[in-house]
Amino acid sequence: MSLKASTIFTRGILTENPVFRLVLGMCPVLAVTAWAESAFGMGISTLAVLTASNIVISGIRNFIPAKIRIPCFIVIIATFVTIVDMLLKAYFEALHTELGVFIPLIVVNCIILGRAEAFASKHSVFHAAVDGLGMGLGFTLSLTLLGSVRELLGAGTLFGLNIMGASFEPIQLFAQPPGAFIALGLLMALVNIFYKRMGLE
Amino acid sequence: MGNLLAIILLAVLVDNFVLIRFFGICPFLGVSRKVDTSLGMGMAVVFVMTMASLVTWLIYNFLLVPFALEYLRTVAFILVIASLVQLVEMVIQKVSPALNQALGIFLPLITTNCAVLAVAILNIQNDFTLLQSLVYGFGAAVGFTLALVLIAGMRERLELVTVPRPFRGTAIALVTAGILSIAFMGFRGMIAL
Repeated sequence: MSLKASTIFTRGILTENPVFRLVLGMCPVLAVTAWAESAFGMGISTLAVLTASNIVISGIRNFIPAKIRIPCFIVIIATFVTIVDMLLKAYFEALHTELGVFIPLIVVNCIILGRAEAFASKHSVFHAAVDGLGMGLGFTLSLTLLGSVRELLGAGTLFGLNIMGASFEPIQLFAQPPGAFIALGLLMALVNIFYKRMGLE
Repeated sequence: MGNLLAIILLAVLVDNFVLIRFFGICPFLGVSRKVDTSLGMGMAVVFVMTMASLVTWLIYNFLLVPFALEYLRTVAFILVIASLVQLVEMVIQKVSPALNQALGIFLPLITTNCAVLAVAILNIQNDFTLLQSLVYGFGAAVGFTLALVLIAGMRERLELVTVPRPFRGTAIALVTAGILSIAFMGFRGMIAL
Protein backbone atom coordinates (compact mmCIF):
# COMPACT_ATOMS: atom_id res chain seq x y z
CA MET A 1 0.00 0.00 0.00
CA SER A 2 2.63 2.48 -1.04
CA LEU A 3 0.04 4.57 -2.85
CA LYS A 4 -1.15 7.73 -1.16
CA ALA A 5 -4.91 8.35 -1.20
CA SER A 6 -4.44 11.92 -2.44
CA THR A 7 -2.36 10.73 -5.41
CA ILE A 8 -5.01 8.16 -6.33
CA PHE A 9 -7.70 10.83 -6.13
CA THR A 10 -6.03 13.52 -8.27
CA ARG A 11 -4.81 10.95 -10.81
CA GLY A 12 -8.37 10.30 -11.99
CA ILE A 13 -9.01 14.02 -12.44
CA LEU A 14 -5.75 15.11 -14.06
CA THR A 15 -2.99 12.76 -15.21
CA GLU A 16 -5.28 9.80 -15.98
CA ASN A 17 -8.47 11.67 -16.83
CA PRO A 18 -10.78 8.99 -18.31
CA VAL A 19 -12.07 11.15 -21.17
CA PHE A 20 -9.12 13.28 -22.27
CA ARG A 21 -6.20 11.00 -21.34
CA LEU A 22 -7.43 7.38 -21.33
CA VAL A 23 -10.16 7.96 -23.96
CA LEU A 24 -12.51 5.49 -22.27
CA GLY A 25 -16.30 5.44 -22.10
CA MET A 26 -16.76 7.72 -25.08
CA CYS A 27 -20.36 6.79 -26.01
CA PRO A 28 -22.09 8.79 -23.24
CA VAL A 29 -19.43 11.52 -23.58
CA LEU A 30 -20.64 12.22 -27.10
CA ALA A 31 -24.30 11.32 -26.75
CA VAL A 32 -25.59 13.19 -23.70
CA THR A 33 -23.52 16.39 -23.82
CA ALA A 34 -25.81 18.60 -25.92
CA TRP A 35 -26.86 20.22 -22.60
CA ALA A 36 -24.67 20.86 -19.56
CA GLU A 37 -27.36 19.61 -17.20
CA SER A 38 -27.80 16.16 -18.78
CA ALA A 39 -24.01 15.86 -19.10
CA PHE A 40 -23.64 16.57 -15.38
CA GLY A 41 -26.44 14.10 -14.54
CA MET A 42 -24.76 11.35 -16.56
CA GLY A 43 -21.42 12.13 -14.89
CA ILE A 44 -22.88 11.84 -11.39
CA SER A 45 -24.73 8.60 -12.25
CA THR A 46 -21.49 7.08 -13.55
CA LEU A 47 -19.60 8.32 -10.48
CA ALA A 48 -22.15 6.61 -8.20
CA VAL A 49 -21.99 3.29 -10.06
CA LEU A 50 -18.20 3.40 -10.33
CA THR A 51 -17.62 4.13 -6.63
CA ALA A 52 -20.20 1.59 -5.41
CA SER A 53 -18.96 -1.21 -7.69
CA ASN A 54 -15.32 -0.43 -6.83
CA ILE A 55 -16.11 -0.76 -3.10
CA VAL A 56 -18.01 -4.04 -3.46
CA ILE A 57 -15.53 -5.61 -5.88
CA SER A 58 -12.62 -4.65 -3.65
CA GLY A 59 -14.48 -5.99 -0.61
CA ILE A 60 -15.02 -9.45 -2.10
CA ARG A 61 -11.89 -9.56 -4.24
CA ASN A 62 -10.46 -12.52 -2.31
CA PHE A 63 -13.58 -14.64 -2.86
CA ILE A 64 -13.95 -14.19 -6.62
CA PRO A 65 -12.31 -17.04 -8.59
CA ALA A 66 -9.85 -15.56 -11.09
CA LYS A 67 -11.29 -17.44 -14.07
CA ILE A 68 -14.82 -16.06 -13.84
CA ARG A 69 -13.95 -12.64 -12.47
CA ILE A 70 -15.18 -10.66 -15.51
CA PRO A 71 -18.76 -12.08 -15.40
CA CYS A 72 -18.77 -11.48 -11.62
CA PHE A 73 -17.71 -7.84 -12.10
CA ILE A 74 -20.35 -7.32 -14.79
CA VAL A 75 -23.16 -8.67 -12.58
CA ILE A 76 -22.11 -6.39 -9.70
CA ILE A 77 -21.92 -3.37 -12.01
CA ALA A 78 -25.25 -4.21 -13.66
CA THR A 79 -26.90 -4.41 -10.23
CA PHE A 80 -25.80 -0.90 -9.33
CA VAL A 81 -26.81 0.40 -12.75
CA THR A 82 -30.31 -1.03 -12.21
CA ILE A 83 -30.48 0.72 -8.81
CA VAL A 84 -29.39 4.06 -10.31
CA ASP A 85 -31.88 3.57 -13.16
CA MET A 86 -34.73 3.06 -10.67
CA LEU A 87 -33.66 6.01 -8.46
CA LEU A 88 -33.46 8.37 -11.44
CA LYS A 89 -36.86 7.23 -12.68
CA ALA A 90 -38.39 7.82 -9.25
CA TYR A 91 -36.84 11.19 -8.38
CA PHE A 92 -35.54 12.80 -11.61
CA GLU A 93 -37.96 11.74 -14.32
CA ALA A 94 -37.05 14.50 -16.79
CA LEU A 95 -33.35 13.57 -16.59
CA HIS A 96 -34.25 9.88 -16.89
CA THR A 97 -36.13 10.56 -20.14
CA GLU A 98 -33.32 12.79 -21.43
CA LEU A 99 -30.58 10.18 -20.84
CA GLY A 100 -32.81 7.34 -22.07
CA VAL A 101 -31.04 4.18 -23.20
CA PHE A 102 -27.68 5.52 -22.03
CA ILE A 103 -28.53 4.75 -18.38
CA PRO A 104 -28.62 0.95 -18.84
CA LEU A 105 -25.58 1.38 -21.11
CA ILE A 106 -23.50 2.52 -18.10
CA VAL A 107 -22.99 -1.25 -17.63
CA VAL A 108 -20.77 -1.43 -20.70
CA ASN A 109 -18.94 1.83 -19.97
CA CYS A 110 -15.31 0.74 -20.33
CA ILE A 111 -14.10 2.91 -17.42
CA ILE A 112 -16.11 0.98 -14.84
CA LEU A 113 -15.02 -2.50 -15.89
CA GLY A 114 -11.55 -1.11 -16.54
CA ARG A 115 -11.17 0.25 -12.99
CA ALA A 116 -12.63 -2.96 -11.52
CA GLU A 117 -10.08 -5.07 -13.37
CA ALA A 118 -7.07 -2.75 -13.13
CA PHE A 119 -7.52 -1.27 -9.66
CA ALA A 120 -10.39 -2.40 -7.40
CA SER A 121 -9.59 -6.12 -7.69
CA LYS A 122 -6.04 -5.52 -6.43
CA HIS A 123 -6.38 -2.81 -3.74
CA SER A 124 -8.01 -2.22 -0.35
CA VAL A 125 -11.61 -1.04 -0.01
CA PHE A 126 -10.59 2.48 1.02
CA HIS A 127 -8.21 2.96 -1.89
CA ALA A 128 -10.76 1.50 -4.32
CA ALA A 129 -13.39 3.97 -3.06
CA VAL A 130 -10.99 6.90 -3.48
CA ASP A 131 -10.08 5.68 -6.97
CA GLY A 132 -13.77 5.42 -7.88
CA LEU A 133 -14.46 8.95 -6.60
CA GLY A 134 -11.44 10.43 -8.40
CA MET A 135 -12.13 8.71 -11.72
CA GLY A 136 -15.86 9.47 -11.44
CA LEU A 137 -15.17 13.13 -10.69
CA GLY A 138 -12.72 13.36 -13.60
CA PHE A 139 -15.40 11.86 -15.85
CA THR A 140 -18.10 14.23 -14.51
CA LEU A 141 -15.88 17.31 -14.94
CA SER A 142 -14.97 16.35 -18.52
CA LEU A 143 -18.61 15.71 -19.43
CA THR A 144 -19.78 18.97 -17.86
CA LEU A 145 -17.01 20.89 -19.64
CA LEU A 146 -17.99 19.47 -23.02
CA GLY A 147 -21.70 19.92 -22.23
CA SER A 148 -21.15 23.58 -21.26
CA VAL A 149 -19.19 24.35 -24.43
CA ARG A 150 -21.80 22.69 -26.64
CA GLU A 151 -24.73 24.35 -24.85
CA LEU A 152 -23.08 27.79 -24.97
CA LEU A 153 -22.35 27.56 -28.70
CA GLY A 154 -25.40 25.56 -29.71
CA ALA A 155 -28.08 27.39 -27.72
CA GLY A 156 -26.40 30.37 -26.05
CA THR A 157 -27.36 29.11 -22.60
CA LEU A 158 -25.56 27.43 -19.68
CA PHE A 159 -27.51 25.05 -17.39
CA GLY A 160 -30.63 26.63 -18.98
CA LEU A 161 -29.64 30.23 -18.13
CA ASN A 162 -29.27 32.64 -21.02
CA ILE A 163 -25.62 33.73 -21.11
CA MET A 164 -24.87 34.97 -24.58
CA GLY A 165 -27.66 37.58 -24.77
CA ALA A 166 -30.48 38.04 -27.27
CA SER A 167 -28.26 39.13 -30.17
CA PHE A 168 -26.36 35.81 -30.19
CA GLU A 169 -27.19 33.55 -33.12
CA PRO A 170 -26.76 29.93 -31.88
CA ILE A 171 -24.51 27.64 -33.93
CA GLN A 172 -27.05 24.84 -34.42
CA LEU A 173 -24.35 22.38 -35.46
CA PHE A 174 -23.01 22.09 -31.91
CA ALA A 175 -26.36 20.90 -30.59
CA GLN A 176 -26.48 18.21 -33.31
CA PRO A 177 -24.58 14.88 -33.43
CA PRO A 178 -21.68 16.14 -35.66
CA GLY A 179 -21.10 18.98 -33.18
CA ALA A 180 -20.32 16.44 -30.46
CA PHE A 181 -17.45 14.94 -32.47
CA ILE A 182 -16.07 18.30 -33.57
CA ALA A 183 -16.36 19.99 -30.15
CA LEU A 184 -14.69 17.05 -28.40
CA GLY A 185 -11.93 16.90 -31.03
CA LEU A 186 -11.16 20.60 -30.61
CA LEU A 187 -11.36 20.41 -26.80
CA MET A 188 -9.02 17.41 -26.79
CA ALA A 189 -6.46 19.36 -28.83
CA LEU A 190 -6.74 22.27 -26.36
CA VAL A 191 -6.32 19.89 -23.43
CA ASN A 192 -3.24 18.39 -25.13
CA ILE A 193 -1.70 21.88 -25.34
CA PHE A 194 -2.61 22.51 -21.67
CA TYR A 195 -0.94 19.26 -20.55
CA LYS A 196 2.16 20.07 -22.57
CA ARG A 197 2.43 23.56 -21.03
CA MET A 198 1.93 22.18 -17.53
CA GLY A 199 4.52 19.47 -18.12
CA LEU A 200 2.04 16.70 -17.25
CA GLU A 201 2.75 14.55 -20.31
CA MET B 1 -42.19 -5.95 -46.24
CA GLY B 2 -41.95 -2.19 -46.80
CA ASN B 3 -41.76 -1.80 -43.07
CA LEU B 4 -38.72 -4.10 -42.83
CA LEU B 5 -36.94 -2.22 -45.60
CA ALA B 6 -37.65 1.04 -43.77
CA ILE B 7 -36.12 -0.41 -40.59
CA ILE B 8 -32.95 -1.43 -42.45
CA LEU B 9 -32.54 1.99 -44.13
CA LEU B 10 -33.22 3.70 -40.81
CA ALA B 11 -30.62 1.63 -38.95
CA VAL B 12 -27.92 1.83 -41.63
CA LEU B 13 -28.21 5.40 -42.88
CA VAL B 14 -30.72 7.75 -41.23
CA ASP B 15 -30.02 6.80 -37.63
CA ASN B 16 -26.50 5.46 -38.18
CA PHE B 17 -25.55 3.69 -34.96
CA VAL B 18 -22.12 5.24 -34.67
CA LEU B 19 -22.28 8.63 -36.32
CA ILE B 20 -25.76 9.78 -35.28
CA ARG B 21 -26.67 7.67 -32.22
CA PHE B 22 -23.14 7.33 -30.72
CA PHE B 23 -23.18 3.60 -29.93
CA GLY B 24 -19.92 1.66 -30.14
CA ILE B 25 -17.57 4.64 -30.12
CA CYS B 26 -14.77 2.75 -28.33
CA PRO B 27 -14.13 0.20 -31.11
CA PHE B 28 -14.88 2.97 -33.60
CA LEU B 29 -11.90 4.96 -32.33
CA GLY B 30 -9.77 1.99 -31.29
CA VAL B 31 -9.94 -0.45 -34.21
CA SER B 32 -10.44 1.97 -37.09
CA ARG B 33 -6.83 2.46 -38.17
CA LYS B 34 -6.84 -0.05 -41.06
CA VAL B 35 -9.59 -0.96 -43.53
CA ASP B 36 -8.85 -4.72 -43.27
CA THR B 37 -9.18 -4.93 -39.51
CA SER B 38 -12.27 -2.73 -39.62
CA LEU B 39 -13.93 -5.15 -42.03
CA GLY B 40 -13.03 -8.11 -39.78
CA MET B 41 -14.42 -6.35 -36.73
CA GLY B 42 -17.52 -5.34 -38.68
CA MET B 43 -18.25 -8.92 -39.76
CA ALA B 44 -17.91 -10.17 -36.19
CA VAL B 45 -20.29 -7.42 -34.99
CA VAL B 46 -22.90 -8.21 -37.68
CA PHE B 47 -22.85 -11.84 -36.60
CA VAL B 48 -23.04 -11.20 -32.84
CA MET B 49 -25.58 -8.37 -33.02
CA THR B 50 -28.05 -10.34 -35.14
CA MET B 51 -27.71 -13.34 -32.79
CA ALA B 52 -28.03 -11.11 -29.72
CA SER B 53 -31.20 -9.48 -31.09
CA LEU B 54 -32.76 -12.92 -31.50
CA VAL B 55 -31.76 -14.32 -28.11
CA THR B 56 -32.48 -11.23 -25.99
CA TRP B 57 -35.91 -10.78 -27.63
CA LEU B 58 -36.81 -14.39 -26.82
CA ILE B 59 -35.52 -14.10 -23.24
CA TYR B 60 -37.37 -10.85 -22.61
CA ASN B 61 -40.72 -11.90 -24.05
CA PHE B 62 -40.80 -15.55 -22.92
CA LEU B 63 -38.91 -15.39 -19.63
CA LEU B 64 -38.83 -11.92 -18.09
CA VAL B 65 -42.34 -10.73 -19.05
CA PRO B 66 -44.28 -13.87 -17.92
CA PHE B 67 -42.54 -13.79 -14.52
CA ALA B 68 -42.82 -9.96 -14.18
CA LEU B 69 -39.04 -9.63 -13.96
CA GLU B 70 -38.65 -6.75 -16.41
CA TYR B 71 -36.43 -4.86 -13.96
CA LEU B 72 -33.76 -7.56 -14.43
CA ARG B 73 -33.47 -6.54 -18.10
CA THR B 74 -30.03 -4.93 -17.88
CA VAL B 75 -28.49 -7.74 -15.80
CA ALA B 76 -30.04 -10.49 -17.92
CA PHE B 77 -29.11 -8.95 -21.28
CA ILE B 78 -25.48 -8.28 -20.45
CA LEU B 79 -25.02 -11.83 -19.14
CA VAL B 80 -26.70 -13.30 -22.21
CA ILE B 81 -24.52 -11.21 -24.52
CA ALA B 82 -21.32 -12.14 -22.67
CA SER B 83 -22.12 -15.87 -22.79
CA LEU B 84 -23.29 -15.61 -26.39
CA VAL B 85 -19.96 -14.09 -27.45
CA GLN B 86 -18.14 -16.89 -25.59
CA LEU B 87 -20.35 -19.53 -27.23
CA VAL B 88 -19.93 -18.07 -30.72
CA GLU B 89 -16.18 -18.05 -30.15
CA MET B 90 -16.11 -21.73 -29.17
CA VAL B 91 -18.35 -22.81 -32.07
CA ILE B 92 -16.28 -20.91 -34.61
CA GLN B 93 -13.08 -22.41 -33.20
CA LYS B 94 -14.44 -25.94 -33.69
CA VAL B 95 -16.28 -25.51 -36.97
CA SER B 96 -14.31 -23.08 -39.08
CA PRO B 97 -10.61 -22.42 -38.48
CA ALA B 98 -10.56 -19.97 -41.39
CA LEU B 99 -13.35 -17.86 -39.93
CA ASN B 100 -11.70 -18.11 -36.53
CA GLN B 101 -8.51 -16.74 -38.00
CA ALA B 102 -10.42 -13.81 -39.47
CA LEU B 103 -12.71 -12.97 -36.55
CA GLY B 104 -10.87 -14.54 -33.61
CA ILE B 105 -9.21 -11.53 -32.05
CA PHE B 106 -12.28 -9.30 -32.43
CA LEU B 107 -14.82 -11.51 -30.69
CA PRO B 108 -13.80 -10.93 -27.04
CA LEU B 109 -13.82 -7.17 -27.70
CA ILE B 110 -17.49 -7.26 -28.64
CA THR B 111 -18.79 -7.90 -25.11
CA THR B 112 -17.85 -4.34 -24.18
CA ASN B 113 -19.22 -2.90 -27.42
CA CYS B 114 -22.18 -0.95 -26.15
CA ALA B 115 -23.89 -1.15 -29.54
CA VAL B 116 -24.84 -4.79 -28.84
CA LEU B 117 -26.57 -4.03 -25.54
CA ALA B 118 -28.09 -0.90 -27.07
CA VAL B 119 -29.71 -2.82 -29.92
CA ALA B 120 -31.15 -5.37 -27.47
CA ILE B 121 -32.68 -2.62 -25.31
CA LEU B 122 -33.94 -0.54 -28.26
CA ASN B 123 -35.69 -3.63 -29.71
CA ILE B 124 -37.67 -3.87 -26.48
CA GLN B 125 -38.30 -0.11 -26.18
CA ASN B 126 -39.57 0.12 -29.76
CA ASP B 127 -41.95 -2.85 -29.24
CA PHE B 128 -40.47 -4.64 -32.25
CA THR B 129 -41.68 -8.10 -33.27
CA LEU B 130 -39.11 -10.90 -33.47
CA LEU B 131 -38.60 -10.42 -37.22
CA GLN B 132 -38.33 -6.63 -36.88
CA SER B 133 -35.78 -7.07 -34.06
CA LEU B 134 -33.65 -9.35 -36.21
CA VAL B 135 -33.74 -6.91 -39.10
CA TYR B 136 -32.99 -3.94 -36.84
CA GLY B 137 -30.04 -5.74 -35.21
CA PHE B 138 -28.66 -6.71 -38.61
CA GLY B 139 -29.15 -3.21 -40.03
CA ALA B 140 -27.58 -1.50 -37.02
CA ALA B 141 -24.54 -3.75 -37.31
CA VAL B 142 -24.22 -3.05 -41.03
CA GLY B 143 -24.41 0.67 -40.22
CA PHE B 144 -21.67 0.20 -37.63
CA THR B 145 -19.48 -1.61 -40.17
CA LEU B 146 -20.11 1.06 -42.79
CA ALA B 147 -19.05 3.86 -40.42
CA LEU B 148 -16.02 1.87 -39.23
CA VAL B 149 -14.77 1.15 -42.75
CA LEU B 150 -15.37 4.74 -43.92
CA ILE B 151 -13.44 6.24 -41.01
CA ALA B 152 -10.66 3.66 -41.40
CA GLY B 153 -10.22 4.68 -45.02
CA MET B 154 -9.99 8.32 -44.00
CA ARG B 155 -7.52 7.56 -41.19
CA GLU B 156 -5.27 5.62 -43.55
CA ARG B 157 -5.01 8.81 -45.62
CA LEU B 158 -4.45 10.91 -42.51
CA GLU B 159 -1.37 8.84 -41.68
CA LEU B 160 0.34 10.28 -44.74
CA VAL B 161 -0.11 13.97 -43.95
CA THR B 162 1.38 16.18 -41.27
CA VAL B 163 -1.17 16.85 -38.56
CA PRO B 164 -0.58 19.69 -36.04
CA ARG B 165 0.94 18.15 -32.91
CA PRO B 166 -1.97 18.74 -30.46
CA PHE B 167 -4.40 17.10 -32.90
CA ARG B 168 -2.39 13.89 -33.38
CA GLY B 169 -4.18 10.66 -32.46
CA THR B 170 -7.72 10.80 -31.16
CA ALA B 171 -8.40 14.53 -31.63
CA ILE B 172 -8.07 14.49 -35.42
CA ALA B 173 -10.02 11.22 -35.61
CA LEU B 174 -12.89 12.89 -33.75
CA VAL B 175 -12.94 15.93 -36.02
CA THR B 176 -12.87 13.60 -39.06
CA ALA B 177 -15.77 11.62 -37.61
CA GLY B 178 -17.62 14.92 -37.13
CA ILE B 179 -17.31 15.74 -40.82
CA LEU B 180 -18.46 12.22 -41.73
CA SER B 181 -21.38 12.69 -39.35
CA ILE B 182 -22.39 15.90 -41.16
CA ALA B 183 -22.56 13.84 -44.36
CA PHE B 184 -24.90 11.33 -42.68
CA MET B 185 -27.08 14.20 -41.43
CA GLY B 186 -28.06 14.57 -45.08
CA PHE B 187 -30.20 11.42 -44.77
CA ARG B 188 -32.24 12.97 -41.97
CA GLY B 189 -35.97 13.05 -42.58
CA MET B 190 -35.73 10.49 -45.38
CA ILE B 191 -37.57 7.83 -43.36
CA ALA B 192 -39.58 7.91 -40.16
CA LEU B 193 -40.93 4.83 -38.39
